Amino acid sequence: MAFPHRPDAPELPDFSMLKRLARDQLIYLLEQQHEVDKLYKVENKPALSSSEQLCFLVRPRIRNMRYIANLVNADKVAGRTRKYKVIFSPQKFYACEMVLEEEGIYGDVSCDEWAFSLLPLDVDLLSMELPEFFRDYFLEGDQRWINTVAQALHLLSTLYGPFPNCYGIGRCAKMSYELWRQLEEEEDGETKGRRPEIGHIFLLDRDVDFVTALCSQVVYEGLVDDTFRIKCGSVDFGPEVTSSDKSLKVLLNAEDKVFSEIRNEHFSNVFGFLSQKARNLQAQYDRRRGMDIKQMKNFVSRELKGLKQEHRLLSLHIGACESIMKKKTKQDFQELIKTEHALLEGFNIREGTSYIEEHIDRQVSPIESLRLMCLLSITENGLIPKDYRSLKTQYLQSYGPEHLLTFSNLRRAGLLTEQAPGDTLTAVESKVSKLVTDKAAGKITDAFSSLAKRSNFRAISKKLNLIPRVDGEYDLKVPRDMAYVFSGAYVPLSCRIVELVLERRSWQGLDEVVRLLNCSECAFTDMAKEDKASSESLRLILVVFLGGCTFSEISALRFLGREKGYRFIFLTTAVTNSARLMEAMSEVKA
Amino acid sequence: MPHSLTRKARPVAADAVAVLRGRARCGRGDAKDRPLNYFKSCGSTLMSRTKGDEEEYWNSSKFKAFTFDDEDDELSQLKESKRAVNSLRDFVDDDDDDDLERVSWSGEPVGSISWSIRETAGNSGSTHEGREQLKSRNSFSSCAQLPKPASTYSLSSFFRGRTRPGSFQSLSDALSDTPAKSYAPELGRPKGEYRDYSNDWSPSDTVRRLRKGKVCSLERFRSLQDKLQLLEEAVSVHDGNVITAVLIFLKRTLSKEILFRELEVRQVALRHLIHYLKEIGDQKLLLDLFRFLDRTEELALSHYREHLNIQDPEKRKEFLKTCIGLPFSAEDSAHIQDHYTLLERQIIIEANDRHLESAGQTEIFRKHPRKASILNMPLVTTLFYSCFYHYTEAEGTFSSPINLKKTFKIPDKQYVLTALAARAKLRAWHDVDALFTTKNWLGYTKKRAPIGFHRVVEILHKNNAPVQILQEYINLVEDVDTKLNLATRFKCHDVVIDTYRDLKDRQQLVAYKSKVDKGSAEEDKIDAILSSSQIRWKN
Repeated sequence: MAFPHRPDAPELPDFSMLKRLARDQLIYLLEQQHEVDKLYKVENKPALSSSEQLCFLVRPRIRNMRYIANLVNADKVAGRTRKYKVIFSPQKFYACEMVLEEEGIYGDVSCDEWAFSLLPLDVDLLSMELPEFFRDYFLEGDQRWINTVAQALHLLSTLYGPFPNCYGIGRCAKMSYELWRQLEEEEDGETKGRRPEIGHIFLLDRDVDFVTALCSQVVYEGLVDDTFRIKCGSVDFGPEVTSSDKSLKVLLNAEDKVFSEIRNEHFSNVFGFLSQKARNLQAQYDRRRGMDIKQMKNFVSRELKGLKQEHRLLSLHIGACESIMKKKTKQDFQELIKTEHALLEGFNIREGTSYIEEHIDRQVSPIESLRLMCLLSITENGLIPKDYRSLKTQYLQSYGPEHLLTFSNLRRAGLLTEQAPGDTLTAVESKVSKLVTDKAAGKITDAFSSLAKRSNFRAISKKLNLIPRVDGEYDLKVPRDMAYVFSGAYVPLSCRIVELVLERRSWQGLDEVVRLLNCSECAFTDMAKEDKASSESLRLILVVFLGGCTFSEISALRFLGREKGYRFIFLTTAVTNSARLMEAMSEVKA
Repeated sequence: MPHSLTRKARPVAADAVAVLRGRARCGRGDAKDRPLNYFKSCGSTLMSRTKGDEEEYWNSSKFKAFTFDDEDDELSQLKESKRAVNSLRDFVDDDDDDDLERVSWSGEPVGSISWSIRETAGNSGSTHEGREQLKSRNSFSSCAQLPKPASTYSLSSFFRGRTRPGSFQSLSDALSDTPAKSYAPELGRPKGEYRDYSNDWSPSDTVRRLRKGKVCSLERFRSLQDKLQLLEEAVSVHDGNVITAVLIFLKRTLSKEILFRELEVRQVALRHLIHYLKEIGDQKLLLDLFRFLDRTEELALSHYREHLNIQDPEKRKEFLKTCIGLPFSAEDSAHIQDHYTLLERQIIIEANDRHLESAGQTEIFRKHPRKASILNMPLVTTLFYSCFYHYTEAEGTFSSPINLKKTFKIPDKQYVLTALAARAKLRAWHDVDALFTTKNWLGYTKKRAPIGFHRVVEILHKNNAPVQILQEYINLVEDVDTKLNLATRFKCHDVVIDTYRDLKDRQQLVAYKSKVDKGSAEEDKIDAILSSSQIRWKN
């Protein structure tokens, strides 16, 4: 359990500095400058406060501007004068100011910015807490957050030195990188002469790998996220977990000694580990029998608090496990996972399709059904028109006709598509590729690739060996590769790309894969000419996920790090999972 | 955030700023090691239960939680205390024009957060900072008398200039730069005082300034060529905020035909305009744009989308009617038609049933009061409802299940599944039986289930069907393994025992004996079978 890092693994940089910064800034902003004494949520409701001044801390969204405008205008009608301050985080957008102007409250409110974009959720995880990034960019094609990403990277390089080796894949990755470079140039000299602390940075667009994000998670942290939703590094455990009548908000990070040992484990190992742990704890409690007064005093003052703490954590995680088990058994998780694995491997597609159909007919969760359809679509390069039509019809009948809009969104984002009529060739193509060598298959694929942007998952999977050959049982206790995060059935594509590029220190030899990913124009490498990086820093890698990363990916890369003596640090626009991706595409709020 | 907490936190903040300043002086390593007791973790995961606890959590956790989630997601609701919005009272400063008054050395408003970040983010030590301050001071004092922007309606009047946090200016930039404050719009000043002196910024300068959040008049870009050059420059730096800012300007200063025509060949900018129009809700222009681009499907969908904002069912229905003729794909047209028909039906059913329910004469409504209105529910839910409340109605009525099935061409499988669930919920086993009974041409009855009997059993079990009923259907499952599995799971002992007997599997039968109650009829049955001499056991 919780395999230790190799002794030569580098130390992680100290992110607590970022946290202090954010915290001080916020307190300073609210307290010192604006004397804020009460906090409310911004909603489209009249303000209950009787204060003379209102201060709004908001994301720069037009909807928020409308709320504020309604409030200010209502005050005006009531003949009430107050002062208003809008603090935009992380930055103000021109469109927002324009709305303030149009609503006639420009000048009545004053604006400020709080450039807060990096929240350290854990020792190795930074989040920009921008879940809307995914929809804004990958659905709407809006590049408003690219500057935010560039600023965040700039701040990181200011604090931790330049990154000597940069890699990236995806259009957004490339644009963020270019804008960041431009920022650095404009403010040159700042990072020059600094010794780099972080040797590599890797930027990756979420749409390079949708498949991984769509899979059910089975490592503990991912499963907790899928089941209870982790928000900003903490989770609300309901009464069913705490076995009391109260809910508890629990922080989940490296500080939690029990959690940190099980977070990256496959769920099947967690129970055993926790019960072992419980036995040890019992033994330690038992030691107090036969103690004399002095020993007892020592025990109470030194150990008891720690033991109690551990006890509490243990019972919480055991409770969480039980609750997860209950839920998963009820929804026949085994069957679900089996279907997912079959889709990933590309066989029994018919059975998979009817499984999804049944899900829909029985009105099992709309998000779940949608997720499975997307997984089927991406792994199969789109659904056959007949299936697409019938699944869509049944979906609309089961969950509501307005989901027509959701389907249109998914199609635009490339998550759920229909094979074009001329595309029936793909069936032939995939059959052929099963028969002939990769090279020939590549040529055949070439001939058709001009048709449309296709996911090509099957071909990529083959090229990158994403489906491990299993001889006998895959031992989840002693994982062999990153596939353990999906029960040994699939190596996360995103993580495999990171692994391969780091090995080669370039995209060399990966041209075919890059082409299949439709990223020929946007895979890049940039190495510093003079390499001042220490060998330690060269084993510290920052992976940037644009559009969100999952806990499974984090676990997989942590595993890779332990294997190879690297340490990975993660920067993501938000932590995501399949449900969040689907909800972001959903036009009707559940 | 609890009241007490914020009060307490005050000294922390003050001190923290001092620390941050210190850091800028001392350089990096120093600051990192500086003991900051306030933030030292107590080394425990804390769970906030009470307000007292909350405070402990706030102060001791190493990774605390902020949310800036503005989605109305119920699941996402962390405590209000961590929400990002505040109302404040007790402003000390009652000055109307605090924007202009409270300016620091660097020309930033005092207390602006970018001020403290600026001092922290830089790492080039005191010299740089000093230079920066000096520079800014100079420029500030010299700018205090600078004229105001030209027009109250220019973009510049609402793009208040302020240096982007953490961004250091180059020297030339600083010289040409005017601190933010002098750009703050001042309504009521005589127009004569305004003068635009930013006339000669090139497109790339302008875009760079916009990117940094500085004020910048776009009015000088008057020729189409200039406008497009500006747009292309904005697109080339990839910053969506700037692209949108330029588009707002173009939208205001170009006729829509010209704007649309130019955007058609500039896809990135086009996407930004579409998203912007969606966000501000300029539906009319959006539809015009789709029409111009000949994107008929998006046009139709975009129009259809509006129905979500209509609450009144009658009005919504009327609106849906207007959607029917829109240029959807053939397939979607059928869905839209169905949506309209469904709501039309629901309105009729709802009115009727509400009346029945309130009259209190109908048994089913008295026994099972409706939990919610059927309006705007999905078709399958409507079918379930109709199977629940209107099962026996003749095909002619709108609320009858058969009528729904025909109107919406609901597949057999879906129909049976839904009807089964509804009738099982009412424990109407006779109806369940009838659902699967078919007569062949010779008049023999036969049981048939389009969804497979194993599925039927599961649904029945979920609805707490009695063992006799379950047994009957488990016996209809053809596959022996599935049958055994289901029977074992749902404790239908007779089926298990009979099956093992038929399989002549003595060992399994013996093993199963331990699973039935001692002294029960089942145990007797097993014993009787085991001692029977008629059976030739296979083991």
